[in-house]
Amino acid sequence: MTTDIAHLELFRTLEPAHRELIAASAVHENHPAGTRLFDEGQTAEHSWVVLSGCVALDATVPGRGTVTIQGIGPGELLGLSWLVPPYKWHFGATVVAPAHLARLDVARLRTAAQEDPAFGYRLSLVLADALLHRLQSTRYRLLDLYRTPS
Amino acid sequence: MTDPWLPVAHRVVRRVEETADTATLRLRPVHDPLPPFRPGQFAMLYAHGVGEVPISVSAIPGSGDLVHTVRAVGAVSRALHGAEPGTVLGARGPFGTTWEPHGTEDLLVVAGGIGLAPLRPVLRHALAHRDRYRRVVLVVGARTPADLCYRDEFDRWAAELEVVTTVDHGAPGWTGRVGFVTEPLAVLPLDAPHTTALLCGPEPMMRFSARTLITRGVPPDRIQVSLERNMQCGTGRCGHCQLGPLLLCRDGPVVAYPVAEELFAVKEL
Repeated sequence: MTTDIAHLELFRTLEPAHRELIAASAVHENHPAGTRLFDEGQTAEHSWVVLSGCVALDATVPGRGTVTIQGIGPGELLGLSWLVPPYKWHFGATVVAPAHLARLDVARLRTAAQEDPAFGYRLSLVLADALLHRLQSTRYRLLDLYRTPS
Repeated sequence: MTDPWLPVAHRVVRRVEETADTATLRLRPVHDPLPPFRPGQFAMLYAHGVGEVPISVSAIPGSGDLVHTVRAVGAVSRALHGAEPGTVLGARGPFGTTWEPHGTEDLLVVAGGIGLAPLRPVLRHALAHRDRYRRVVLVVGARTPADLCYRDEFDRWAAELEVVTTVDHGAPGWTGRVGFVTEPLAVLPLDAPHTTALLCGPEPMMRFSARTLITRGVPPDRIQVSLERNMQCGTGRCGHCQLGPLLLCRDGPVVAYPVAEELFAVKEL
């Protein structure tokens, strides 16, 4: 997996200048397994691109403890709640395999999107694509395709 | 010449529990062996007095032994799954078409659930001939971590291939991905025009995965899928496994995606 986020599949539809803008807004972080990135209900101020390792999104369920809902792996976006009000995390997130993350400066991206609607539109499509893909994949999981036929 | 209609006696010489409902059996011919199998092909395995089902080879030891991974889902497969060493079973074959991973630079193997079994011979072949490929990637999906087969082989695969494992439901201590196989397929770095993808698993999984790969630019004719229907004779005579114009015991199970795509679109087929 490349650590150059400008060349990730995630951003393939953006123009080079827009990809470079995103890359320039990123701060690279390395986290050991067990690092808690955020908790449900906290203000969502960041978004990350996972470059290596794995981060688990989770929720606390009485009687079941902390349940992992989704694992975010290399090349995927972590954290979308910064996009729309009330900007609160819906789930928690913990690094489960040592992770190299690119933390995006979402405030800077929001400003850039407002100042340059062409960038804002393209970025919205990138995020919509990521959201749609995650929605479809979640629906596939709902089919429970690997269960033992009864 | 072996009579394709006549089950040949094989004795179970080894049984490995893969998961709670899945076991791998090594079968040794009691007399003459069946002709050699190739990756993707299947045998009709016969549990005496219970019945016969098609099961793909999950390894090709090259000694005349057969290796099959069986998931207990019906009366026959439950009988086969429970066959302890010493049990004599019947086997007919080899039947069907084969995976064709050759002549590609990058090989992408996508397996869901028990669909990893028919692809294991391809992975072993790729490991044995690693220099023939620029890149080999395995993406495996399972229901839970406990449902993953061949866990003792994963370390070797991970050392020599790129392995992505994802489960529908995580478990305490699981440090891999939780999600569907389409998620890593959507973002995996690929040289799409030079990638050959082999897909095996539940039919919708193959459909969704193929669509994702085609969106990524993998040519449809470089995608192969393994289809299942009610195989009975194994020789294209009885018609039970008909899927549109195909008799899958003869024209399948492995078919090119452009052929499968049209058939997937017919709901009642």
